[in-house]
Amino acid sequence: MPENTTDIAAKTETDNKQNDNVVIEMEHLKKSFGNNHVLRDINLVINKGENLAVLGQSGTGKSVLIKCIVGLVEIDDGKLFILGQNISELKDKDLIEIQKKIGFLFQSGALYDSMTVRENLEFPLRKKLRSLPKGKLELLVKEALHDVGLDEAIDKTPSELSGGMRKRLGLARTLILKPEIMLYDEPTTGLDPITSKEISNLILVVQKKYDTTSIIITHDIECTRMTANRIIVLKDGVCAAEGTYNDLEKSEDPWIRSFFE
Amino acid sequence: MEESPDQHHEAEIIPEAFSETISDSVFKKFFLEVSSVTIFTLRFFKEAIKPPYEINEVMKQSFLIGYKSLPLVAITGFIIGLVLTIQTRPTLAKFGSESLLPAMVAVSIIREIGPVITALIFAGKVGSGIGAELASMNVTEQIDAMQVSDTNPFKYLVVTRVLSATLMLPILVIFADGVGLLGSLVGVNIKGNVSAYLFFSQIFQSLEFQDVIPAVIKTFFFGFAIGLIGSYKGYNSNKGTEGVGKAANSAVVLASLMVFIIDMIAVQITSVLQS
Repeated sequence: MPENTTDIAAKTETDNKQNDNVVIEMEHLKKSFGNNHVLRDINLVINKGENLAVLGQSGTGKSVLIKCIVGLVEIDDGKLFILGQNISELKDKDLIEIQKKIGFLFQSGALYDSMTVRENLEFPLRKKLRSLPKGKLELLVKEALHDVGLDEAIDKTPSELSGGMRKRLGLARTLILKPEIMLYDEPTTGLDPITSKEISNLILVVQKKYDTTSIIITHDIECTRMTANRIIVLKDGVCAAEGTYNDLEKSEDPWIRSFFE
Repeated sequence: MEESPDQHHEAEIIPEAFSETISDSVFKKFFLEVSSVTIFTLRFFKEAIKPPYEINEVMKQSFLIGYKSLPLVAITGFIIGLVLTIQTRPTLAKFGSESLLPAMVAVSIIREIGPVITALIFAGKVGSGIGAELASMNVTEQIDAMQVSDTNPFKYLVVTRVLSATLMLPILVIFADGVGLLGSLVGVNIKGNVSAYLFFSQIFQSLEFQDVIPAVIKTFFFGFAIGLIGSYKGYNSNKGTEGVGKAANSAVVLASLMVFIIDMIAVQITSVLQS
C-alpha cells in the first residue's frame, strides 16, 4: 500500500537531519571490497567548525572513510548524512550540489601535470567562467595562492614545485571553490618536520578563514596535536576510541597510547 | 615407489579439474571484459550527447592527436608509396603492363594499405599515448581530483579523446594517401620518366567513388576503436606504476587487432553492397 503524504513527510524529516550544528553524521556505515570488510560499523557525528583527526594503522579504512564522504567510494550499507541530507537518497543533481561543498586534499596533491599552477587553480572554476565578472577569476586565483603562500609560483608547472609546495597548491585548488567541509588525506606524509608544521598551521588558518569543518586522516601525531579538537581511532573497521588528544594520550589501552608515543 | 590407487585416481582427475578451472576463468574473464567494454561504450554515447560539450578540449586534443601525428604519418605514407611502386614494377613488367603501375598502386594505397597502415601507426602512437596518460592520471589520483572538483572526468577525458581520434584519423589517412602517391611518383621516376600530370591523370581515371568512399568511412570506425580502447584501458587501469605500462601495452595490442577486425568486416560489407 502506498504511503500517504504525512508518512512520506515524516520519513523525509527523519532521513534528512535538521540539526544545523551537525555537518556529517554516519550511522552503521559499512564498506567492503570483496571479502575485505574495511568499514564494519562506523557511527560518527561531526559538528560544525570541528577539526576531527582520524588515526589508525595502515589499511584500517581511514582513507576509504573520507572517500565515502566525498562520493569517490559508494557505501554498502548504513546511512550517511552530509549537511542534513541523506546522500543515499539524493538524485545525482542534488548529490553534485552537496559534493561542491566538500573539499578534498589528496595525499599526493593530485595536481594536473599538464597544466601550470594558474591553470590548476582555474580548472575547478571552468563551469563558472562565463558568469564570473572580468578580473574576478584572476582575483580568486591570486587570493587562493596568497592564502597558501604560493604567490610567486603562479606560472610554474607542478613538476617544478617541492613536496610541500605541491600540498599547498592542492589545498589552494580546493579552497578556490570555498568548501564548507575539508577532508585532508595524510596532509603531512612525506614532508620534513618543518614543512609538516607549516602545513598543520595552514590547516588551522584555513579553518579560521573559511569557517570549515575538517576531517584529517593522518599518522603524524604532531599534526594531530596541533590541529584536532577531537580524535577517533579506527581498528578492524570500527571506531575503537574517541576523545581529545589529552584523553587518548592517557588512555588505559596500551594500543591506543602507542599512537601518541 | 608405487602409486596407491587413490593417488593414480587423483592424477587423472586433477588435470581435468585444473583445465576446467582455467577455461572457466578465461571465459569468465573474457565475458566480463566484453561486458565492461560494452558498458564503457554506451556510457561514451550517453555522455557525448549530454551537454555541456567540452569543445575547447576536443579542439586541443585534435591538435595533439592529429597535427602532432602528421610528420610520422607523412614519412610512413611516403615510404609505403615508394616501396610499393618499386616492388610492384618488376611483376607488371613481366606482363608488359608497366603502364598500369600508377593505377594499381593508387588503388592499393587508397583502398587498403593507406587506411590500415595509418591506423596501425595511429594505434601505436595515439592509442598507447591515451592509455598511458589516463592510467598515469588514475595512479596519481588526478581523475579522482577532477571528480571532486565538479568536473565529469569521463566527459572531459574520455569523450574528448575518443571524438578527436574519430575525427582526426580520416584526415590523417587522406593526408597519408596523398603523400603515399607522391612517394609512388618518385618510385615511378626512379626507372622512368613520367610527369606528375600524366601520373595523377592515370590515377584519377582509374579511381572510382567506390574505391574512395568505403575506405574513408571505415577510418572513422578505426579512429573510434583506437580512441575508445586507449581510453578504456587507461581509465580502468590498476593503480600502481605497473598499471600504466600494462594499459599502454594492451591498448596498442587490442586497438591493432580491432583495426584488422573492423577492416575485415568493412571489406565484407563493401563487397556485398557492390555486388
